[in-house]
Order: sequence, then C-alpha cells, then structure tokens
Amino acid sequence: MTTGARSRAVGTPVARVEGHAKVTGTARYAYEQPAGAGPPLYAHPVLSTVPHGRVRALETMAARTLDGVVTVLTPDNAGQLDDLRGAQDGELAVLQSNEVAFRGQFIAVVVAESPEAAQQAAGLVEADYDELPHHTELRGDSGDLYTPERVNPAFAPDTVEGDVDGALDSAEHMVDVTYLTPMEHNNPMEPHAAVALWEAEGGPADRPIPAGSDAERPSSDGVATVRLTLYASTQGAHTVRSTLAPLFGLRKEEMRVVSPHVGGGFGSKGMPHAHDVLAVLCARAVPGRAVKLALTRQQTFSLAGHRTPTLQRLRLAADSTGRMAAVAHEVTEHTSTVKEFAEQTACGTRMMYAAPNRRTAHRLAALNVPVPSWMRAPGEAPGIFALETAMDELASACELDPIELRLRNDPPLDPESGKPWSGRRLVECLRQGARRFGWQEGPPGSRRRREGDQLVGMGVAASTYPCYTSPGSRALVRHDGTEHYTVRIGAADIGTGTWTTLTQIAADALDRPVEAVTVEIGDTDLPHATVAGGSSGMASWGPTIVATARRFRTEHGQQPAAGAVMTGELPDNPDAEQFALHSFGAQFAEVRVDVDTGEVRVTRMLGVFSAGRIINPRTARSQFIGGMTMGLSMALHEHGVLDHRTGHVVNHDLASYHIAAHADIADVEAEWLEETDPHANTMGSRGIGEIGIVGAPAAVVNAVYDATGIRGRSLPLTPDKLVR
Amino acid sequence: MNVRITLRVDGEERSTTVDSRTTLLDALREHLSVTSPKKGCDHGQCGACTVLIDGRRMLSCLKLLVGCDGSDVVTANGLGAASGKSEAVRDPAGELGGLHAVQRAFLDHDGFQCGYCTPGQICSAVGMFEEAAAGQPSHVTTDLADERIVLDDAELRERMSGNLCRCGAYVNILAALRAAQPRSPAGRAPSELPEDGA
Repeated sequence: MTTGARSRAVGTPVARVEGHAKVTGTARYAYEQPAGAGPPLYAHPVLSTVPHGRVRALETMAARTLDGVVTVLTPDNAGQLDDLRGAQDGELAVLQSNEVAFRGQFIAVVVAESPEAAQQAAGLVEADYDELPHHTELRGDSGDLYTPERVNPAFAPDTVEGDVDGALDSAEHMVDVTYLTPMEHNNPMEPHAAVALWEAEGGPADRPIPAGSDAERPSSDGVATVRLTLYASTQGAHTVRSTLAPLFGLRKEEMRVVSPHVGGGFGSKGMPHAHDVLAVLCARAVPGRAVKLALTRQQTFSLAGHRTPTLQRLRLAADSTGRMAAVAHEVTEHTSTVKEFAEQTACGTRMMYAAPNRRTAHRLAALNVPVPSWMRAPGEAPGIFALETAMDELASACELDPIELRLRNDPPLDPESGKPWSGRRLVECLRQGARRFGWQEGPPGSRRRREGDQLVGMGVAASTYPCYTSPGSRALVRHDGTEHYTVRIGAADIGTGTWTTLTQIAADALDRPVEAVTVEIGDTDLPHATVAGGSSGMASWGPTIVATARRFRTEHGQQPAAGAVMTGELPDNPDAEQFALHSFGAQFAEVRVDVDTGEVRVTRMLGVFSAGRIINPRTARSQFIGGMTMGLSMALHEHGVLDHRTGHVVNHDLASYHIAAHADIADVEAEWLEETDPHANTMGSRGIGEIGIVGAPAAVVNAVYDATGIRGRSLPLTPDKLVR
Repeated sequence: MNVRITLRVDGEERSTTVDSRTTLLDALREHLSVTSPKKGCDHGQCGACTVLIDGRRMLSCLKLLVGCDGSDVVTANGLGAASGKSEAVRDPAGELGGLHAVQRAFLDHDGFQCGYCTPGQICSAVGMFEEAAAGQPSHVTTDLADERIVLDDAELRERMSGNLCRCGAYVNILAALRAAQPRSPAGRAPSELPEDGA
C-alpha cells in the first residue's frame, strides 16, 4: 500500500534535530523542568524492607519534626485513589494499604524543602512489620505454577499443532535442553523521575485549550482547568495521562503530561509505574507547590519493572538431513502478586521455523517479587536466545553448518497463521552476513582456533521481531505562513530519533524541505499518540502524519493560507490482516576466550537486518548497534541477584549490576537490506527499536561454544562457567 | 548547617548558600539551575555527572560543594568557545561556532541516542585528552614510563569506561573520540600539571 510519492528526506542521514541541546546538556529531562511559582519541594520515598507481610506500625515523628520536612505520607494520610478497579493495576495502588507484597515497595514518603532533608527524614521513618512467609525463588517443579489467560500483550499462552511427542520420539536427531536467563533490569541512564504540580484552589490554572489539542471538549465556559501537571520521564505521555487521571478523579483534560526528552526507557518507561502515582499523591498533599521525585538508582531495581527470569525447555527434532520435524518450547517465569505480567517468551518460536509439529507453553509463578514488565524485546530477547542456541545445538547434532540448518528450515508461509510473509528475508540476511563477516562453513566447533592463551570462535543466530502498529494516534498539520509548517503529535523520543525521523516524514509528506517543518512531540497538549513500545512508534506515528498531511493538501491545496490547520489519524491497514508482518535479522559474533581466566571478549559483531524501509540510516544504525550492544551485555554481564532469604535484589546498583561499559565493546556493526515493505504501512517501514537485541546473546553464546566446546545454557556467561 | 560558597561555573562567578551536605551535582542542578550535568546514580558509578573542575574531569555527585569554594567548574554547556570563557579549558581547535570539537564530533558521529549520559561523556573526553597529553597512563598502557601516550582504540575505550551509556552508543562515541583527538599532543611539561596530580 505504499505510494510512489517521491522521497527526499526519508532515507537520508539527517542529524538529530535536538543534537545541539543534547551535546550541551540543555535538553531538559523530567526532573529538570521548572514547575510552579515558588521553589519546589522534594520527595524521598521509604521502601519496605521485608518481602511479604503487613506494616504494623510506622514511626514517623522523628521525620516529621526534622527541620525542613513538610509532610510525611503514609497509607493513613496519603488519600484514596479513585477507580483502581478500572485501572486493573495493583502496582499503582500506592499507599492504599499496609500490605507488603515485595521488598522495595513504597510504604511512606517524605516531602521536604530540600533533597537532603527529605532523604535524611526518610531514613528516620521506622516500620514494624507482621511478616508472612515469602516465596521469591522461581522453580520449575513448584506446585504453584499456573497458566496465564494470555501472555503479553494478548497472545494465547499455549499453542499446539500436530503430534509433537510422536515426532520427538521418532526423530533422527534430537535436542532436549533447558536454558536459564536471570532477572534483568532495564537501567536507562536517566532514573525514573517525575515533577508534579497540583494547582491550588483558585490558582492560575485556567487556560484555554491549546490549538491542536485532542482533549475532550472543555467545560461549558470553553475553558479547561488543568488541575494536575506531571513532568514525566515516559515513552508515552498520553498513556501516563489516561492511566493516572482516573486514579485521581480527574477528567483527561484536567491533567497534562509533559515529556519532551527522555533519558532512555527500554520498556521501563512504557507505562506509568508506582513512582508517578507517588509523585502525584505528594503534589495533591501540597497544592500549589511542585514536588520533585526521582527514584535513586537502587530504588529503580524494585520499582521500575524488570525482565523476569526464565526457565526454558527446548526440544527440537530433525531428520537425517536436518529438516525439522518438531519444536517444543516450554517456559516457566515469574510475576508479582500485585500485578500479572506474563512475558511472551515462547511466541517467537511459533513462527520461526518450518517444523510441522509445534508446541509452546507459558507457566507463571506469582512470587513476592517486584513487578516485572517490559524490557527491550520482551518475549523475543530471552525466547529467541533459547531457540537460537538450541538451533546451534541441533546443528551440532546434525553435523551441519548452523546457517545451512536455518536455510533448510525456512518456512515459505508463517507456520503459525498460514499467512504469506510480508517479507521474510532471513536467508538473505544470513547469506549477506556470512559474506561480510568472513563466516567459515562448518558445524559448531569447526571454526575454533587457538592464538596464544586465547580460544577464538564464531557464532551466528537469527533474529526476529513482529511489526506492530498501535491504533489511535492522531496528528495536526498547521501552515504557519511563509511556507513553514508545524506538525503536532504527542509522540516520544527516548533516544530513538523521533524528533528527527518524524520531521523527515512530515517534510516528505508535505513536499517541503526538513528545514521548513517543525515537529512538536512529548506533551498531552498535542494530539493523541500511542506509546513508544513494541517497536511500534515510527510505524504508528509516521503513517498518521502522512495521512494528515494528505488531508491537509486535499483540503487546503499547495498554497494554503497562513494558519490553515488539519487533523488526521492513523488509517486502517487492510494488509495487516492478510500478511504476517515480521522483521528478521542475522547476528554474527566473534569471541576470544582466555583459557586461564575464562574471560570472554567479543571482538566483532555484525547484524544484518531486514526491517522494511529505513527512515534515517544514521539514527537507525545507532538503534541497531545499541540493541546489539545490550544483547552482548545480556549474554555476558547482566544478572539481577535476588537473595531468597530477604527478597532483595542485592546487586542493585551500577557497580555490581554490570551493564556493558565502553571497554566491553569492540567492533559492533549493523547493516540492512535496502527494501520497502509494501504491506507494513504507507512508509514501507517496520520498527527497529528492539530487533537489535534479539539473537545477539545467542550469537555470542554460540561463538563461545565454537571457541571452547562449552555450551552456555545459563546467562550471563560469566568466567566461572567457562573455567574447567 | 548552611554554608556560603562561591565558585565559577561555566565562566561565571556564582554564589549560593547550601546545606553543607549538598553535593556539587545537586548544588549545580537544584540551586544554580545548571542542569547540564546529569544524575544517573549519585554514587560515582555511571559518569553522567562528570564536569571539569580546574581542568580535570570529576564526578560531581561525589564532591561536596563545600570542597569546591573558589573552584572553576565547567560543564558541557560551558565548553563551547562562544558560551564558556573558562581559563581551565580551551577548545584546542579554536572557534567552532559555540561547540567544542568533542561536541561537534559527537554530533557528526551520532555518539548518543537519549542524550542523558552525553554531557558527562563529553566532559570526560575533554578531561581524558588532557590526561593523556600530560602523560598519565591507563590500565592498558603498556609502557608506564613513556609519557607520550598514543591514544589507540584500546586506550580510548579504557579511559572512557567510567561513563556508561545504556543506549549502547560506544561504537559511535569511539568514532567521535578518534575524530576529536587533538592532532598533536599538547606535550605539556609535568610542572604544568595541577598540583594534586592524578
């Protein structure tokens, strides 16, 4: 459904439009936003120190009487939240009861005139608990495992097709292995923060609805009263508003969320978390004064989502030629007791290879753990790690080159839906990557060589991610006069390049140079936009802008009057029902393993991706290599260590939860097939935010096997697992 | 206890009265509205708060403001030739339209995505080039006695590993550092180094 409209800006490496602000540090993130007339107040939360039970008593007197403290909020005085049933979200029921469901949960908060006073006072709050037995350990043999109704976002938990057991029993070659991935933490560099301002009664809040707002119709006098302003660090300002406004008894137009720059999210800012509610509770207690709340790095480990640990049993069966007869992928993972999040770990396996007999299953344990949530490529990141490592093991069993094994099992149609692919070019990605990387054909282990005290090897893995589009985005196009246009859409740039890429898309859609277009994002005063999640941002917002620009031209022509305005929305894509829309990639890694220390160094990585049309090669390459870098980090470094005696993530900081540092990263390169997906949307592009991490850990782990003969089945692949 | 402190920030003399527990980072951000240095961990583990103090890169979250009386502090917003007039840091390439050479290189090579670690990365890089020019070795320097440091890729990566980037822009940061590296090392004599050494 793409058109032949000529493209000038799209496809060119336009530099980030907000780049100057970012290299000087003048781009304002949430905590840096000036709010309110007077000096702001500072909130510092108090967290539970037991993993399960009830707060019997909170001693707050010492905190309340400390110099500079304004108030201490507890469940006794924080005030009720409305409509929690509507929100269906126990994570957001902040300070609504004395129950403790996990260690590191909010039990109180101090509001003070300075951050120093707030932090000191928070340390003076003493809690007595009635403790209950707790369970934090994920075990595959636990009797409490259950099947969720659906897995994120709305997939069936279990699927079965054919006779999997029969195929496994009669297979020439079989792999039956269990993989473990640990608790992982998003850790965007900007900790989760919010500045909240609850207007005082009779305050200066009355103001007209701004042009381009999609707020509901204002009250009868034509003026909307914004009662609450929240400067949030979020992947979706509108999502934060639509979730939080009902909690506080506000109509949508009575709340404004502002979030122009976001210091990374990786899923952890995809939905509001408890700290957003806490900041607003504080602000409601001190109307007229802004309250600033930033989680400490340590606090983010229990309060900003994380990736569940997974136990994944993979069984693959193949005939003597390596053609797969069966694949079974059974996953056990955890969720919290206050909110269910079921990671869709096995879903990628449903469509990846052409085995006629397939089974996938997800089982959950509801534990006294922090609330798990989205982390870059939820589902695919851990699930494809397991599948693609198992494929390498199958290649070993079949004595086949791992690329050849994948070529032999590339399905002509989506095995799950039976639909044709909109474009499955995995084979080309593998072949191009093999050529560029200098891949030497042969089964796993055959590329091994020793150089001094180092074992060198290469690994490959496939990568995939669905092309999601989220319905509901709207945009506004305005001719400002003198051939300059403003395009408004409440989208988010979390480092993804949205400021720039939407400008390119709008410029082409309006047939103007990028300098003639200003895009405004990151504010609920702008038209509704869906969340920057599931790699759906560009694929949802871009076509919305294209459609709006077309309507503008239809209505106003090529020479519009100054001030001419048009709104539009994301058009339906009938092709989405006809085709299986997925991106693919091939990931290659070369490693050197020190024979004495077991240290793994990834000396080269290459990703070749098929993701439809690339809007901006500069920012796209950054996203691809950024995802691959996070995948390397997942393979070798990241491990949230949950102490089952205390329910505490004991390594809750950046010194002991290691994310890849500069010295860990050598040569990481990404390229892509030049293509347009005619079925994805009017731009022909699929999202790219997540596919870079998918498959990267398996490529590294498979390379370590090639080098050492040791199979890494438990992430991260730290030296202790390699020293023999 | 409140203390009155005077220091130079990005070339401008600033005074403020703060709780003596206030870090330089919080003083800059909360008292002086200088939000270029970022708070990523508050524990000296991520580097986002890196500034130049009297020409040397420092983690401002680990410095109490009371220890900075009379200091010359330069943030990423004060590095540019046009906006900063600090004596301690000069743009080695001269006029660059308000941006330091390192900043320009970060733009040219897309050395960032979300931008939150970026001001710290840039200040750190400027300080790092000075350290190398002064002959200070790193963990990967092979000849500790040789004061002529060659900043190859391994040296650059090692010396910049105190600045974490979760977006994973390291490859592009490295490209920016290669491009921004001063052409001829300053080769300053040890006598010109700051008194308190490394």
